[in-house]
Amino acid sequence: MISDQPEGRSAFKTARLRIWRGTGRDNGRYEEFDVAFEEGDSVLDGLVRLRTEKEPSLAVRFSCFNANVCKECTMLVDGNVEYACIAKLRADMIQLDPLPNLPVVRDLVTDTLSRKEQF
Amino acid sequence: MADGHFVEGDVLVVGGGGAGMFAAVAAARNGARVILIDKNVVGRGGATIMAQMTCASALGEAEPDTPQMHLDDTLAAGRGLCNERLASLLCEGSPRLIRELEGWKVNWARSEDGRINQVKAPGHSRKRCVYVDFLSTGAAISAALRNKTSRDPNIRRLSNVSITDLVVRDGGIAGAVGIDLPTSRPVSIQCAAVVLCTGGMTKMFQRTTASNNLAGEGVGLALRAGARIIDIEFLQFYPNGHLAPRMVGLDPTTWEPTRVKLGGRLLNSDGEEFLSRYGEEGGDSYDTARDILTYAIYKEVEAGRGSPHGGVYLSFQHIDGQKLKDALGPVVKVFERNNIDLTRQPVEIFPIAHYQMGGVEVDADMSSSVPGLYAAGELAGGANGANRLSGNALPEAMVFGDRAGQKAAQYATRHYAARWDDRAAQPHVDLIRDVANRNKAGTYPGQLLAEVKALMWRKVGAFRNGRDLAEARERLRSMRHNDMDDLSVASDASFNASLIEWFELRNGLLAAEAVSTAALRREESRGAHQRDDFPETDDRFFANQQLILKDGELVSSFRSVQS
Repeated sequence: MISDQPEGRSAFKTARLRIWRGTGRDNGRYEEFDVAFEEGDSVLDGLVRLRTEKEPSLAVRFSCFNANVCKECTMLVDGNVEYACIAKLRADMIQLDPLPNLPVVRDLVTDTLSRKEQF
Repeated sequence: MADGHFVEGDVLVVGGGGAGMFAAVAAARNGARVILIDKNVVGRGGATIMAQMTCASALGEAEPDTPQMHLDDTLAAGRGLCNERLASLLCEGSPRLIRELEGWKVNWARSEDGRINQVKAPGHSRKRCVYVDFLSTGAAISAALRNKTSRDPNIRRLSNVSITDLVVRDGGIAGAVGIDLPTSRPVSIQCAAVVLCTGGMTKMFQRTTASNNLAGEGVGLALRAGARIIDIEFLQFYPNGHLAPRMVGLDPTTWEPTRVKLGGRLLNSDGEEFLSRYGEEGGDSYDTARDILTYAIYKEVEAGRGSPHGGVYLSFQHIDGQKLKDALGPVVKVFERNNIDLTRQPVEIFPIAHYQMGGVEVDADMSSSVPGLYAAGELAGGANGANRLSGNALPEAMVFGDRAGQKAAQYATRHYAARWDDRAAQPHVDLIRDVANRNKAGTYPGQLLAEVKALMWRKVGAFRNGRDLAEARERLRSMRHNDMDDLSVASDASFNASLIEWFELRNGLLAAEAVSTAALRREESRGAHQRDDFPETDDRFFANQQLILKDGELVSSFRSVQS
């Protein structure tokens, strides 16, 4: 159970994240984590909290952090292509998968870079 | 771990935000083979893309204006500590680059008569700030520069590469070493000049407007390469930072342009407009400089007149609902998604860590004290003094990036990559391999970073005192010397962000320690540096503070302000 309730915030609820873990679509498994959240928190909030406190090996791509401008945190949220930074957490099971039609680097990270922009 | 990568070029630009992309374009234009690197994705990370609105430029389209007037405002905001030469370059250079960006398809908002719209931002004496609707200024600039840098055959862009060390030989730049995030392989880069455009260090604070990039790495890299840092104690706390209710999908800086544009009212828990208590006539001024606004909000909360989450209220309830909708455009939908109805409720705001005024000390060529090492954008110190004028960050990124790229290219043609030596890079490569193997269970870099962020917020924030600063400095120093060696990283080979985070924290800790050290030494209040134990501005500190790293420790000294 992950919680880091700062002062003055409203009571936390719990979301269950079912996350694809692995280095390919055929090489991996789902893992489930309970994540505490405040009403209004994004899926990205939950993933960042999870990485910081329990699961630093979780791979997820983001830069701007909840401002929805870098557009790096795209993934499948319950099967729909969404930005994790605007999809909301809810007190329920939420399934997260890497984007379809792109090579999976690991976990929720897909290879979105052009060939010439990487080694 | 597999073998490393080796890359060679004339100029390495570290950081793919506005300053970095301008530097890359300028260096390529001046004949250099450029490597442009970002630890996230070039053109998508950093601070530029998050800038919503104001970009100051004395175009004179809305009313008569000159770079000299812009300079006068910049110097006044800087509370005496600006390097006038750098500030002047910024103000004089901005109009040319605004026009140039227009040629690169940045559509500045225009009025019906075809003139570029210019609005008056806080601290400016003229309507001077240009923007792209709707709150998309930084995103539009970033898109144009992404396009520009991707088409230039002399620019090699590398995303997801994090620079961990600069390679210095015989006192000058020989190259750099980093990590390729997708594979965890070490990367060695041979080059004649490095332009650091890594932005500031505000990610080291718990409440921040920073993207994931801004971890103070540039300050750490520069200090460890032997460069001087200047005025690093001055960090801007953005007064109108979003506090509550929870809002995602929009930058927390959104309330300053919105407040100025629509006339939002700042209220305390008694429903009073309180700015008049702090010397601001009428209490509803939109010209109040950021440092004064931050001070006023802190003092209201301290006096027990704060909002439930510990901030103050910003209310738009007095504005007609339709007018509000028209003025906010598509942003209304973002508020709706977050269940925020501005016609029915105020929001809570509180100052939030936003911008690093100081940084790497540079001369008018953007050159640091280390031959071959340049800095630009937020990382370059000097132009903003003790407080940055609203709207000056984007022109700083553009003008200084452009200039640093040009000067670095010229330097590179004179000193063609002569200094590289595998042996000089080897210890840095070895450290990457060593840290990658620290996989026993224990504390992870992200956990220590969380402690740093809480510590910086509590003890090195907008209002400081000697006891807190000394405590913070000691703890940070101990983390740097002791805790870092005991951290673990994940063992994955691919996209192992925890390995990157270890190196990020190594440099960021040095930046955080630099801020606390410099803030402790400056025993006065000036601009964005406010000491409860030294509340007055003191002429003895009418000086710039320099820091260097000597035998592993930070050493501070003061020198008179350069003009």
